[in-house]
Amino acid sequence: MRNFGFSTTKSRTIDYEKIDNRLIRYVLENEPTFNACLSCGSCTAICSAGNLTSFNIRRLSLQIRLGELEHAHEELDKCMLCGKCLLECPRGINTRNVIMLMKKGLYLIESESKEKNDR
Amino acid sequence: MIDNLFILPFTLGMITLFVILFIKYGLWISRLSKIDKLRIVQSLFSRRTLAAISESFMEGLIHRKMFRRHGLLGYMHMSLAFGWFLLIVFGHIEVFVQTGSFSTYPWIPIFFNYFNHDSFPGERIMANVMDFLLLFVLSGVLLAYFKRINSKVFGIKKTTKLKPGDRFAMASLWCIFPLRLFAESATAALYGNGGFLTNTVALCFQWVTPEVETGLWWAYSISLGIFFVCMPFSRYMHILTEILFIFLRHYGIKLKKQFNSYSRIQVYSCSRCGVCIDVCQMHIANISNNQSVYILKNMRDHDLTARKLYNCMLCGRCESACPVGINLNDLRISQRIKASKEYNSDYAFLQTLPCEPVVEDKKPEVIYFAGCMTHMTPGIKKSVVQVLEKAGVNYQFMDKEKGACCGRPLMLAGQYQAAQKLIEFNREKIIESGATTLLVSCPICYKVFRDDYELGQITIKHHSEYFLELVEQGKISLKKSDKSIVYHDPCELGRGCGVYIPPRTLLSKTGTVLSTEQEKVTSLCCSGSLGDLSLSMADRNIIKAETLKVLLKQNPDVLATACPLCKKTFVKGVDIQVKDIAEIIVDAME
Ligand code: SF4
Ligand code: SF4
Ligand code: SF4
Ligand code: SF4
Repeated sequence: MRNFGFSTTKSRTIDYEKIDNRLIRYVLENEPTFNACLSCGSCTAICSAGNLTSFNIRRLSLQIRLGELEHAHEELDKCMLCGKCLLECPRGINTRNVIMLMKKGLYLIESESKEKNDR
Repeated sequence: MIDNLFILPFTLGMITLFVILFIKYGLWISRLSKIDKLRIVQSLFSRRTLAAISESFMEGLIHRKMFRRHGLLGYMHMSLAFGWFLLIVFGHIEVFVQTGSFSTYPWIPIFFNYFNHDSFPGERIMANVMDFLLLFVLSGVLLAYFKRINSKVFGIKKTTKLKPGDRFAMASLWCIFPLRLFAESATAALYGNGGFLTNTVALCFQWVTPEVETGLWWAYSISLGIFFVCMPFSRYMHILTEILFIFLRHYGIKLKKQFNSYSRIQVYSCSRCGVCIDVCQMHIANISNNQSVYILKNMRDHDLTARKLYNCMLCGRCESACPVGINLNDLRISQRIKASKEYNSDYAFLQTLPCEPVVEDKKPEVIYFAGCMTHMTPGIKKSVVQVLEKAGVNYQFMDKEKGACCGRPLMLAGQYQAAQKLIEFNREKIIESGATTLLVSCPICYKVFRDDYELGQITIKHHSEYFLELVEQGKISLKKSDKSIVYHDPCELGRGCGVYIPPRTLLSKTGTVLSTEQEKVTSLCCSGSLGDLSLSMADRNIIKAETLKVLLKQNPDVLATACPLCKKTFVKGVDIQVKDIAEIIVDAME
């Protein structure tokens, strides 16, 4: 293909039928309160890890809801589980549990696909 | 000789019990760490052994702590354990009185009345003493029957459920002493060698023939044999495990965060007395399946679910009430560590954080670590700084702008390796500062600094302790008002670190401190605990309301706390002033 010096961006259309919902399903099954998250971002504003890094728990939650898991592991590893978000959340969501479940769910998904590859 | 065959069930049962015990103890001890084994060897011939023997006696037989919790329950356990022990001891004395020697077959003292019909000097006295002891044990057995029917009388709301193996052992235990009574009474009816009890019961046994008598002795022996064989596989194993546990504890062996052989010994030491069920506040929110006794059972049966494991505030109320002294909090944490060890973080970003340069000539005396929770409550942070400034303390504010978490919340969630990363990072900063005192204003941080940081010479102080020192040194002076104050003991500060008095002494310099029904070691959890990962906000609020009821019963002017998380939790539930000690001190400073 000729290089015209510019490129097109990847389509951002979300096809809800095709979303990889394994992780979000796992989290919601085990911590249903997360259903009530309104993405207000209070948790993110107060976040201890967010104070030290570019960590953004609200963005991460949104990405996971959309099945975008590429950066999830690396991002989740920044949370220190301090619990500030828990106190700030207007919806009373067990945010620490949500994060632990995301970590565990991701681990389960990763080891599952590893197993598949090994076979 | 044929007659004597009935000693076989008892004897074989006892031998089996000893062999199994020997193997079990051997395996447990051999799996302890090298250092722990060294500890045992070093203290084997020291005073610690004597202390352990006396505690085994007081707790294993007399059940002193259980008595303190509930008299009737204590009596039941004591009459069974201590009474049986005395029966054995006096059985041997009886043989001694008769033959002048202690050396005899082990079954002779057990079946003495069957083998000896002759009278000897002191026989009457011994027969009556033995009858009295039997009556003592039987009263315990009766209470045990009764407890199964109606446990409320024993101060227990719920009694624990039984497995089939336990039922078998329990049934045989319940039979042993009534059968002994019947067998001895039958013998007494035939030969008149009983004491006041057996001779009386013998009046109903006038019809017995020697065959019936032997049959009863057989039954007694069989029930003993069955009990001995079942014991190591039933709940009663706790009796023998607890003794080992007491010895190891006296030898200075401590529970580690990672599950090991010592943890297993603790798990098997649980007597299922149910004391931990009652003290747990989770009942208020109708959560009744995750109390420590159930968790320990799940650990033994390997069927602990994540839901149960993480739904506990780790408030430590059950741990401090447990008469056996099991380290329930750390045991639960060890399970969380096991469950989540595959996904720990390494916090690589910490390496890239810009560090403030250390100014050598301005070494602070105190390094203040506020922690995440204090940053959530700016009033507390401001007050601590104000007091330090007023007292002219040379201090450094470690996490004023940017700081990592202390690691305790990770530890509570079982993220052990991750917590270690934060600990390493913070420890380096603290030691580098050159300060001699680490000041904290959050009990959650305090706990992890004390337990897991290994800071060497640096003393760690909670602000309530430190401010009291400042007052005593005259660096700040306080004005006493006529306000009444109720002080709430935070779990991590009180039961966690044993700090009960300094906050009260300090507060009493600013007002009148009222005492409440449940305080110090029995204080209630505020419900905000970070130990619980899955408790819903609605349930937390239900538990909080009950705690507040107890705290505010006397209508104090101020509800004082010493933990930013407790404050944050309480503030959303009351009309009266909720203040941290630091804020109260600032108000009272002259
Ligand atoms: S628990 Fe994690 S996400 Fe929540 S405030 Fe702390 S670091 Fe941020
Ligand atoms: S504070 Fe609560 S509701 Fe708001 S984004 Fe965070 S989790 Fe969702
Ligand atoms: S954990 Fe302690 S208090 Fe609870 S049942 Fe066992 S021995 Fe009793
Ligand atoms: S630590 Fe507290 S919440 Fe957990 S089981 Fe014990 S008493 Fe209940």
